[in-house]
Amino acid sequence: MAQSDVLLKLKGVKTYFFTDEGTVHAVDGLDFQVRRGETLGIVGESGCGKSVTSMSILRLLGKTGKVIEGEIMFDGENLLDLSEEEMRKIRGNRISMIFQQPTTCLNPVFRIGEQIIEALQIHQGLSGEEGNKRTIELLTLVGLPDPVRRMRSFPHEISGGQAQRVMIAMALACNPELLIADEPTTALDVTIQAQILDLMRELREKVNTAIILITHDLGVVAEMAENVMVMYAGRAVEYAPVHALFEAPKHPYTQGLIASTPVLGNVRDELETIPGQVPSLLNPPAGCRFASRCAHRMDQCTQEEPPLIKLEGDRLVRCWLY
Amino acid sequence: MTVSNSTSEHLLEVRNLKKYFPIKGGLMRRTVAQVKALDGVSFSIKKGETLGLVGESGCGKTTTGRTVLRLIPPSAGEVLFEGQDVLKASAGRMRALRRDMQIVFQDPYASLNPRIPVGHSIAEGLKIHNIGTPRERLDQVAQVLERVGLNSGHMRRFPHEFSGGQRQRIGIARALVMQPKLIVCDEPVSALDVSIQAQVLNLLNDLQKDLGLTYLFIAHNLSVVEHISNRVGVMYLGRMVELASRDQLFSKPMHPYTKALMSAIPLPDPTIKRDRIILEGDVPSPVNPPSGCRFHPRCWLAQDICKHDDPAFEEKEPGHFVACHFAQG
Repeated sequence: MAQSDVLLKLKGVKTYFFTDEGTVHAVDGLDFQVRRGETLGIVGESGCGKSVTSMSILRLLGKTGKVIEGEIMFDGENLLDLSEEEMRKIRGNRISMIFQQPTTCLNPVFRIGEQIIEALQIHQGLSGEEGNKRTIELLTLVGLPDPVRRMRSFPHEISGGQAQRVMIAMALACNPELLIADEPTTALDVTIQAQILDLMRELREKVNTAIILITHDLGVVAEMAENVMVMYAGRAVEYAPVHALFEAPKHPYTQGLIASTPVLGNVRDELETIPGQVPSLLNPPAGCRFASRCAHRMDQCTQEEPPLIKLEGDRLVRCWLY
Repeated sequence: MTVSNSTSEHLLEVRNLKKYFPIKGGLMRRTVAQVKALDGVSFSIKKGETLGLVGESGCGKTTTGRTVLRLIPPSAGEVLFEGQDVLKASAGRMRALRRDMQIVFQDPYASLNPRIPVGHSIAEGLKIHNIGTPRERLDQVAQVLERVGLNSGHMRRFPHEFSGGQRQRIGIARALVMQPKLIVCDEPVSALDVSIQAQVLNLLNDLQKDLGLTYLFIAHNLSVVEHISNRVGVMYLGRMVELASRDQLFSKPMHPYTKALMSAIPLPDPTIKRDRIILEGDVPSPVNPPSGCRFHPRCWLAQDICKHDDPAFEEKEPGHFVACHFAQG
């Protein structure tokens, strides 16, 4: 892997939220990298820190959250060192994002076309006329039927699937090098989800954008990602190429996650479960964070947190079993 | 539509159920159009069985669950519970019936009153039905909490002190305390994480085995429905398009919509390469459903006849009902 090949590299990133109840260790020491054109899937359950990771990259944490440690290197530059002004030039331009709820991300009082043209004018300095033309191109690219007429529609006049197409068009407007998709199909029906995933695959080939795909759905990851990072309670617990991960998950949490998912066409009498629940991130336990729910728990696990251990085949796992 | 055979073994029979929601408009608030949320749905559930209902948003699956319980009045049709018409029952009779028919909702956050301890929420049904003394009710709440995997000390806590999975267990306890025969489970696990979802699905399965419960299990997730159901009905735009035993439906789906739905689900196995059927467009509006077969504008098998003739819901193979002119296994 040549160094210049790496587009994004996180090193020891810690993002904490300072609340009235205490400090939430939402992301607690995260390292990973994304190569140009790569699709990295991040999976995990609610509260594992997968969305906070994306918000940390874009520096959209709001008033209570802060990246207190670490580096986020994007194309050789630490995003955490940039001024707000410089950051604004990157957001929506070189790194863009699509969210779970497409309908709440569009401004309800502006026409769809106007919202895309705005991004083009700000970042690429296109005139109204040029912006218009490019918007029609983009809406055609994402397969929105009748784009010329749809440009004049308001967000409430289109369906959820169409709104997600518009969001994707907007995200791709400035040919970003990195696209962060945070649960892009979770709010959509399965037949519409299939359309959107199909579209994302097609676009990936056409524009060669690197994608960070954040999802809780193992099926979506299996279909879309090349490499997968599994997160648990603010930490990466496993990192592997997608085939290797599903063929032989190494971390007990990943194993539990896969075994507890009902799979179409494979009926089992009883689903495997992971007993207990995710620990509070206000006061994360010492040692391995999964220890309290783990069937392989040893004494060592509750005392000392395992490091990410390197296994063959480009895999990493945070577990004392290896 | 012939769905019923021998009535006695059926706990619930639904015949030609319709629910139209009026859209009011204009100066006099006249009804200008109707949302045909349910447009002639028939099915039956045997004692001790789980019938799964699947379909996408707006297909009418939730409306089905609610009209069956008479939480919303239907526009037409019959609902027979142990042979008695629920829709025609008097207020007093209805009250007795409600003990036997309970519901578990999707959102465990929204379905519990945040201002009262969960023990009170669970006991509320018992109180309304004048069952037992306050002390006996307390005992029953403690028992039912333990039955769903919590402990009796939890009854004094408030909803915000519980996690999502625990709240769904409380929702199940609230239904269970009435000792119902039928529980309508309306997307009971969709708001939960997979590891917690598995815990709740296993709990529902155990309760059914131990208490002989009957479930109408409504969900949009086909894998979950396949896991828990004995028979499965697939809905599209206010209609039942296919109904069969789980094994028949999943190994040999006949309706093109069912096939598309199954092929659209991403499987957690990157080695599987499938021929995916990608449907074009969105589900049409139920205000103005397409003529003929409602699925024809998105169907790749559609012929002229599909545009004009609404296909009947017929038994193509024993126990396998399909509404399609070109149904094939």
